Amino acid sequence: MRDVILDVDQLTVQYRTRREPLTAVDHVSFSIQRGEIMGLAGESGSGKTTVAQAIARLNSGSTVVRGNVRVNGVDWLGADAHSLRELRWKRLSLVTQSVMGALNPLTTIGTQFNDTLEAHGERDRKKMRERGQNLLGLVGLSSDLLRAYPHQLSGGMRQRVGIAMALMFNPDLIIMDEPTTALDVVVERDLLGQIKGLQHRFQFAVLFITHDLSLLFRLADRIAIMYAGQLVEEGPVNRINQRQAHPYTRGLIRAFPSISAGKQMQKGIPGNPPSLTNMPSGCRFFPRCPMAADACAKSEPPWLAIPGDPSSGVKCFRWEEVYDE
Amino acid sequence: MKFLYRRLIFYVVALWATITLNFFLPRLMPGSPAQALMAKFAGRLNPLELKSIAIAFGLDVHQSLWQQYVTYLGQLAHGNLGVSLTFFPTPVIKVVEQALPWTIGLVGISTVISFILGMAMGGISSWYHGKSFDSITTTFFTFTYAFPYFWIALALLYGLGYLWGIFPLSGAYTNGLTPGFNGPFLGSVVGHAILPALTIVFTSVGYWAVTMRNTMVATISQDYVSLAVAKGLKTRKVLVGYAGRNALLPNLTGFAMSLGFIVSGAILTEIVFSYPGVGYLLYQAVQQEDYPLIQGILLIIAISVLCANFLADLMYAYLDPRVSKEGNQ
Repeated sequence: MRDVILDVDQLTVQYRTRREPLTAVDHVSFSIQRGEIMGLAGESGSGKTTVAQAIARLNSGSTVVRGNVRVNGVDWLGADAHSLRELRWKRLSLVTQSVMGALNPLTTIGTQFNDTLEAHGERDRKKMRERGQNLLGLVGLSSDLLRAYPHQLSGGMRQRVGIAMALMFNPDLIIMDEPTTALDVVVERDLLGQIKGLQHRFQFAVLFITHDLSLLFRLADRIAIMYAGQLVEEGPVNRINQRQAHPYTRGLIRAFPSISAGKQMQKGIPGNPPSLTNMPSGCRFFPRCPMAADACAKSEPPWLAIPGDPSSGVKCFRWEEVYDE
Repeated sequence: MKFLYRRLIFYVVALWATITLNFFLPRLMPGSPAQALMAKFAGRLNPLELKSIAIAFGLDVHQSLWQQYVTYLGQLAHGNLGVSLTFFPTPVIKVVEQALPWTIGLVGISTVISFILGMAMGGISSWYHGKSFDSITTTFFTFTYAFPYFWIALALLYGLGYLWGIFPLSGAYTNGLTPGFNGPFLGSVVGHAILPALTIVFTSVGYWAVTMRNTMVATISQDYVSLAVAKGLKTRKVLVGYAGRNALLPNLTGFAMSLGFIVSGAILTEIVFSYPGVGYLLYQAVQQEDYPLIQGILLIIAISVLCANFLADLMYAYLDPRVSKEGNQ
C-alpha cells in the first residue's frame, strides 16, 4: 500500500506587491512516500525555496492563495496556530542552507535541544540531556558538544547538529533546503552519506531542495524540476538521468560536465529565466526553448503522463520528441 | 576571565590618560587658570590665604610641572579635587556630591525607562514589520527623536507648569520641606521630577525604539529565528529568547555610553527646569569661570563613562559567549 507522507496539491503562492500580486509558485502538485528522498531542483528564483517555506508554513512575505498540503494525512495548511505549534517538528522538521545562521549564537547546543524538547512538553532535565547525547551520537558527534556554543563548531559539525536537531522527534518528513551548499565537497560527500544512512534507518521522507542535479543523481529516489514557479517534469532519478522528457531538463543535464563522458562541449541554456512581473504567455520556457513551436506561445501545455512510467509527468507539448531522441 | 583581565588593564590605562589630560589641558590654555583664580580673589583674601589656595590647587609656581603633576595625583588619591570658587570655600568634591544624586536620580531613571520602553516598542514594531502598526510607530518615534528637547521642555513648562499649574516650575523639591525619608518631601521630589523626566524620555525613547526595531527586523530574518518557529517554540520564547536577545546586544553598547553620560546630566533640561543637578552645576561653573569645579566635573564624567563601558563589557561577556569563551575561529 502506498504510504503518502507529503501530498502537495495545486499549491499556489503569491507575493503581495504594491501593484498586482506576483505568483511565485503556480499550481505545483507532487507527493512523497514514506522512506523516499524527493529532489526538487531548479535555478535561483524558480520558486523552490518558496515551495519549501509554504509547506513548512514559514512563509512571512508570501501567501498561499490556493492548494492543499497534507503531511501524513494532516491538513497542514488548515491547522490552526495552536495545533500547528504542537505538530511542528514532530511531523515535519527542517535543515536550512545557512551553516552560520541556523543555530542561535548565544546559547549552547544543549540549551537549543532542550528549548525544543521543552516546547513539546518534556520537563525532565536528565531525559533531555540523554536525548541530546543520543541525537549527537546519531550524527557521529561527541556528546561533549552539548556544552559547546555554535561558534566553537566547524561548518560541517554545525550542519550535523542541524540534522540531529531535525531528527529529534523522529519526524515523518524532513525538508532540506540546500543543506550542503555552503560546505566543501569532501564534507558534503560525508554528510550526504550520513543523510542516506539515517534515512534508511529511520524511514523518514525527505524533500531535498537544490540547484545541483548531479548531487540529486547520487542521493534522490525521485526528482522534480521547477521552472518559473511551475513543475515542468517529475520522475524516478534513473529515468530523469538517462531519458529526459522536457527540453529544460535536458538543457540542465547537458550543462553539467560528466567525469566519465570524456571530452565534449558543454552547452548552457541560452537566455535567462523570465521575470515574475513579465511571464510569457503559453509555455513559460518557450522563449529559451530550442524546440519551441507556434503552439507553445499560444497556450500553456498541460501536465502529461508518460506512458509506461506511472510516476512520471511532464509539462511540454513536444515531450515525445525529446523523450525519443 | 582572560578577556575581563585584558579589559581591566585597558581601563586602568584609560583612567590614567584621562586624569593626565585633565591635569595638562588647563595648563596648556593661554592665560593661566591660576591667574584667573587669583584675580577673582584679589582684595578679598590676604596673601597667605592666596598662597595656601595655590598650593591646594597644585598651582604653586615654585613647583616644576612634574612636581605639580605628582602633587595633583596625590591629592586625587585622597579624593581632593580642590576648592570651588563659586561656592568658596566648599571643596569641589562636596559641591559635586550634592548635585550628583539629583542628576543620577532624574537622568538615570529617565534613561533606564527610556531604554526599556524603546527596546520593548522596537521589538513589538518589528514583529509587525511591513504592517501599518510598524509604519505608524516608526514614523512617530523618528518624529519624537528629531524634536529639540529644550523646546519640548519649554512647551511643557509653559503649558503644564505655568498655564495650568499642574506641575512646579523649578527646583527639585519645595523649599521649606525637610529633606529625608518623609512623605511630603518624597512626594515633592517626584512631583518636581515628572516634567523634566517626561521631556528626557519623550525625546530619547525614539532613538532606542527605532534602532531596536531595525536590529530586530534584521535578526528575525535569520534562519535560527524561523527555525525556532518551525520547532514549535512559543511565540514569546522565539521573540525574547531567540530574536530579542540577539538584537539587544548591539544596543547595549549605546546604552552603556548613555549611562556614562548620565552623570553629565541633561544640561539643557536641567537649565530649563533649574534642576540642581550636575548639568546645571557645570553650566554655573562655566559661567563663573570656576576652573576647579569644571575640572572636577569633567573628571567625574570621564570616570563614569569608563565605568559604564566596563559595565557594558561585563554584560557583553555574560550575554555573548563569542566574546568571552575560548575557541573563537
